[in-house]
Amino acid sequence: MASVTADTPVIPTRSAAARFGVPTTLAVALVLLLLLPALGLPPFFESFLYLLCLWISLATSWTIISGFTGYFSFGHGAFYGVGMYTTANLGASLPILVCLVIAAALAALLSLGMGAVIFRVRRLRGELFALLTLAMTIVVATIVLNTPIDGGPGKYLLGVQLPRIYDNSATTIYLLGACVAIGTLAITYFIQYGRLGRGLFAIADDEDVAEGLGVPSYRYKLIAFAISSAIAGVIGAVHAIFVSYVTVSETFSSTVALFVILMSVIGGMRHWLGPAIGAVFVTTINFVFVSGDSALAARIVIGLALILATLFLPEGVAGFVQKQVHKRRAAASSNTDTAPHALVPAAPVAAAPTATERPILLKGENISLAFRGVQALDGVNFDIRQGEILGLIGPNGSGKSTLINVMNGFYKPDTGRLLFEGHDLAQMPAHRIARLGLARTFQIPRPFPHLSVLDNVMVAAMFGGAAYPQETARRKALETLDFVGLANRAGAFPSELNLHQRKFLELARALVSDARLVMLDEVLAGLTPSEITSAIAMVRRIHGGERTIVFVEHNMRAVMELTDRLIILNQGKLIAEGDPRTVMDDPAVIRAYLGTSDAEG
Amino acid sequence: MSATLFGQSVLSGIFAGSLYALMGLGMSLSWRYLRVINIAHFGLVFLAAYMTYEFAGVRGYSALAVALLLIPLFFVLGVIQQVLILRFNVNEFSSLIVTYGLAIIAEAVIQLIWSADFVRYENRALHGNVEVGTLLLPVADILLVVIAVGLCVATWAAMRFTWLGKALRAGLDNPAIAAAFGVPNQRLLLLVSGFSAALASVAGVFVALLYTLAPSQILSWLGVVFAAVLLGGLGNPLGLLAAGMLIGVSEAITMAITAPSWAPVVPFTILILLLVLWPQRV
Repeated sequence: MASVTADTPVIPTRSAAARFGVPTTLAVALVLLLLLPALGLPPFFESFLYLLCLWISLATSWTIISGFTGYFSFGHGAFYGVGMYTTANLGASLPILVCLVIAAALAALLSLGMGAVIFRVRRLRGELFALLTLAMTIVVATIVLNTPIDGGPGKYLLGVQLPRIYDNSATTIYLLGACVAIGTLAITYFIQYGRLGRGLFAIADDEDVAEGLGVPSYRYKLIAFAISSAIAGVIGAVHAIFVSYVTVSETFSSTVALFVILMSVIGGMRHWLGPAIGAVFVTTINFVFVSGDSALAARIVIGLALILATLFLPEGVAGFVQKQVHKRRAAASSNTDTAPHALVPAAPVAAAPTATERPILLKGENISLAFRGVQALDGVNFDIRQGEILGLIGPNGSGKSTLINVMNGFYKPDTGRLLFEGHDLAQMPAHRIARLGLARTFQIPRPFPHLSVLDNVMVAAMFGGAAYPQETARRKALETLDFVGLANRAGAFPSELNLHQRKFLELARALVSDARLVMLDEVLAGLTPSEITSAIAMVRRIHGGERTIVFVEHNMRAVMELTDRLIILNQGKLIAEGDPRTVMDDPAVIRAYLGTSDAEG
Repeated sequence: MSATLFGQSVLSGIFAGSLYALMGLGMSLSWRYLRVINIAHFGLVFLAAYMTYEFAGVRGYSALAVALLLIPLFFVLGVIQQVLILRFNVNEFSSLIVTYGLAIIAEAVIQLIWSADFVRYENRALHGNVEVGTLLLPVADILLVVIAVGLCVATWAAMRFTWLGKALRAGLDNPAIAAAFGVPNQRLLLLVSGFSAALASVAGVFVALLYTLAPSQILSWLGVVFAAVLLGGLGNPLGLLAAGMLIGVSEAITMAITAPSWAPVVPFTILILLLVLWPQRV
């Protein structure tokens, strides 16, 4: 591979200031908030600050599941309610900190149970999640109402023991709120820039592709949901003490769900600070309106704000700012832009050992798959040998892409086994197959649209076969982008790339984690003749004499130039296999491509 | 439980289920054919209910006349909403948020006009009961079942057998190709949205006839109706009707066995069971 270009321009590496600055700022903010009561603030000011902390915690925690993964929860109120009723029932007999832990655990358990059910359904998953979380709120409310947890009349919080830090238990509530709010921001910040966050953002953009690159999407969604709910439970447990009287109708009303969505939509859901911005804005508006005794007007304003923000500011304040920053960066870098893609010289081809001498890397046995009666694959047997470039060809609809989808785990075959180093891939989820070192590209590129080119490749580097830690992944991603000629586009978004570049981005994602088997699905389709020449050279360099490649292609020039061996599918059946020149002379193959023997004339 | 109590429970479940189906029909159609998850539908239902209360109850006009006027009026409202949604190119997910915002505004406006207190519309003509053996069948409820079943079956037949339904389904599968074969996609979408809103007005009239109204109840219907819509299958009127009845009857029996306040748990238990046991259905 090309040498490391650590100081390639235009790459938005996060500076040391950003990396250490945020945690430091949060720590300082916490200390200031905790010292504030020493000044002897008026009580209403303290309770306003407390409300800010409450909504920052709720909105930010909601964003961990709903903003980062795109799964909208209408049930945040349920987790918050679980927290409230935890203190309402246990607050008198247990120390408050124990109550908070129990509240977090109960809320997390509830979310894990819900998530385990909902996240299994593949179709309609976003909508279903929204509705079932909404439904869950009603169920939880009903259960609380009908059991001694509440029983109907509501619960007074009498005898909750609070430590008096500033000689005033109201201040203690505020201090608890401040700790939870800052803690939530810190957790969300670390999630966003950590491994979990990268996986979640990838899931939000294209869950199937994320899974195919190795992101364990089911587990990650559950983890995010549990963290999000646990925080809601904790702040609910604190808030119960603040209100000192909890009722089912107040606790489980639509207010919480509505407000957290509104705050996040306004502030921006793909940034840890977005919901906090929205929370400050909405809480202030609400405080002003309600203290002016026009709660109804506040509801109308909030409803309108929700609609207008969705229509005109779809990425929120934080998203808008990020976009402006990106634009400015892109404008500044355009001066230093070099030619988009230097032609890669074709590497001399080493005399390869003959195909049959190589050991088998992957063995497909009797693979069949039918879609509603269409037999897409019909008892296909094949071998992929270590280090070869295997051409997979056939007319349109012959099952080539289906076979790729089976090998990478997107489809489960009806019958058959796929043996790869003692593992049967046929029954394995896609992310585990990626982990084993199989990578693929898509015929129509499917980059994550909201992630930069560099981040797109980093997801593959961190979750694919090599599973690099973040900093190594960044370096590897830059190397790979350099290799495919996209180094100077690392900071761009996929929408700013042309088709040729997006195909090379696909390649970079497939290559970055040193996959042992790379499946290239029609990488040449749609390219101009000169782009095809450079792409063929690229494939040869990717192969490097040793990497195993499955090459699906219609362009016969490329197939004959590149492949060591061919397998040919027609109507789901394997009709020929072997040396390219021999296979192409096979009458069955000619029939499949050109028609019956009369046509040969 | 005595046979009479059981029979009466099943009956009241069928009545409630009919209303779920009637409320869900417009929602199901717009979700399937417009890709709009229309929470504002409930705002429309209650707006129609309050207008029925206002004009037929307070001002004493004929309920039938009010209903016949509401239908075209709401058709127009539905078309306007869809025009705006198309104009702003709102996708399926944003539609959920935008229409949620609309429902919130509708709730506030209703509260502004009619206050947050409970109101009740008494209709004398539909006040009576029909007695069948030991069972009591309120006239208004019978009318509800007839209308709900009639509308669901008619909608199903229209989607299935008429040119209109086929054009709609073609447009859903592939708008560009349907358009190339002469399907006026845009106008069909407006027709569906108008029809959905008109259905909301019909449902609203029955809500006014049968229930005590309060603005805070608007979204309380949301969960159960959504459950029926999902259970029945999007855009499937007959499935919706069956799902509505199933939910209604199981709620009613739960209420008879335990306490009425447990009823909300039923539809979601059914929905969650469905997801666990039969995930490909949804």
